Amino acid sequence: MIIPHPYLGPRDSCEFVYKGDAALLFRPEREDPVDYDTFHNYLYLRNNPAGEHKELWYHEYGDRSWLVITRNTETHEILKVELAVDYLKAQENGN
Amino acid sequence: MKYSALKIFLEGLSGNQGWKKAWREPDPKKEYDIIIIGGGGHGLSTAYYLSNVYNINNIAVLEKGWIGSGNIGRNTTIIRSNYLLPENEPFYEFSLKLWEGLEQDTNYNSMVSQRGVINIFHSDAQRDAAVRRGNAMLLSGADATLLDENALKNLCPYLDFENARFPVKGALMQKRGGTVRHDAVAWGYARGADKKGVDIIQNCEVEDFIIKNGVCSGVVTSKGKIHAKKVASCVAGSSSKVMSKANMRLPIESHVLQAFVSEGLKPILSNVITFGAGHFYVSQSDKGGLVFGGDIDGYNSYAQRGNLPVVEDVCEGGMAIMPMIGRARLLRMWGGIMDMSMDGSPFIDRTHIGGLYFNGGWCYGGFKATPASGYCYAHLLATDTPHPVAKGYTLNRFKLGHLIDEKGVGAQPNLH
Ligand SMILES: Cc1cc2nc3c(=O)[nH]c(=O)nc-3n(C[C@H](O)[C@H](O)[C@H](O)COP(=O)(O)OP(=O)(O)OC[C@H]3O[C@@H](n4cnc5c(N)ncnc54)[C@H](O)[C@@H]3O)c2cc1C
Repeated sequence: MIIPHPYLGPRDSCEFVYKGDAALLFRPEREDPVDYDTFHNYLYLRNNPAGEHKELWYHEYGDRSWLVITRNTETHEILKVELAVDYLKAQENGN
Repeated sequence: MKYSALKIFLEGLSGNQGWKKAWREPDPKKEYDIIIIGGGGHGLSTAYYLSNVYNINNIAVLEKGWIGSGNIGRNTTIIRSNYLLPENEPFYEFSLKLWEGLEQDTNYNSMVSQRGVINIFHSDAQRDAAVRRGNAMLLSGADATLLDENALKNLCPYLDFENARFPVKGALMQKRGGTVRHDAVAWGYARGADKKGVDIIQNCEVEDFIIKNGVCSGVVTSKGKIHAKKVASCVAGSSSKVMSKANMRLPIESHVLQAFVSEGLKPILSNVITFGAGHFYVSQSDKGGLVFGGDIDGYNSYAQRGNLPVVEDVCEGGMAIMPMIGRARLLRMWGGIMDMSMDGSPFIDRTHIGGLYFNGGWCYGGFKATPASGYCYAHLLATDTPHPVAKGYTLNRFKLGHLIDEKGVGAQPNLH
């Protein structure tokens, strides 16, 4: 797979480490009243969709950026690549 | 029809015109006692043991494609029971014992070949770990043999013993481990279940569950609604997809694992060899091809095909440990979708929905489990209690902290 990096252009996916579902960005806060189920669900359960999947890729052998990639798990087609910070900001702004 | 050498002889005399289809192609009935979703190895063995051991025959196996089209027909056929943890080892040893009697049980030649599985180690620490694992296996009634460097040299002189990074120091061997003709397993179980009246319905995809007031009473399929007292999901890599129809999220990610076969060679490898440190394992099929594989590709996938970097990595692993295979040419390769669970161990359990059962999370090691998985799932479906050797395989074990982390790897700790 070739990943179109927002700054570096097309890069071989071998330069990246895959870290799974981008939902992992939204960890329950440690200060939250301890809700065991929420933590369990965050840590262990996955949507694991067949089709579009937002996922984390870390450019370890590159510029060490964290990316959120929207990829089709049935075709491996990459639909969208964003910096994780930009993705988070967009989520926080509610869009 | 009973298969036998005499039958083959007699059929040979009459031009092989008398062979009958090994299973029927029935239309689905309106209702069954039990519906099994997924005609892979585990689904078919579940149907076989339900009908042959637990005497429940009003069963349908619903398969979206044809039986054997999933991982049961895509794996690298290795069977073994060299596990460490008490939740695992008795289960896999039970499975190996069932393999040993399988062909007589099902009256089907599945080419069970106990050619021995060899796990190579490279350091003192790894030897200690191998000894510990071997002892755990012996405690569960399995067999285990520690091979020192010389013993291994006698068996496999072609290994790169002087490898600079991973010098070969010996191996843990399970002599009763080996290989089995994978799709013959599916066919043998299908034939044995069909004989007892189980309906095997191919090209029938389950699209939804019929759930009311927290109780499941059937499924919606591409061939219409089918009702059942109990519904048992057994769809391996498609587990999350199917169970999402019951609004369940699972501790599973689906990943692609590739396998490879070389051109046919004269007999050179008499055992199964695994080179864990280099992520490579290999055996030789009866046709002569080297059958080998390595790591999962490492990203969520439902595509049944992988990417080239893993091809390169696997071939490098092979060259590192067994330089002699360098001139063999790769003939074909393919991928299968693995139901990678978060601790690397499977599930055979009820769900929180009445009448709905779940079997999955087999990762890349579920072929060897095919007989025991079916037997234990059948036990659970027939008696509503877990089979003693499968008690640990619950869905809520992560909540309770009872993880079964056999190797300290799951779907995504990046430790593969
Ligand atoms: C390349 C590779 C190598 C492997 N090597 C080994 C090995 O050496 N040793 C080992 O022990 N294990 C190995 N495995 C793992 C093993 O093959 C699997 O764990 C095991 O086969 C899974 O169980 P199964 O046979 O029931 O799966 P499958 O054969 O995949 O059965 C699941 C079935 O469910 C069907 N299905 C899915 N969705 C639906 C639906 N909605 N409705 C109806 N049917 C549906 C599918 O079509 C499929 O036929 C390997 C796997 C792969 C891919």
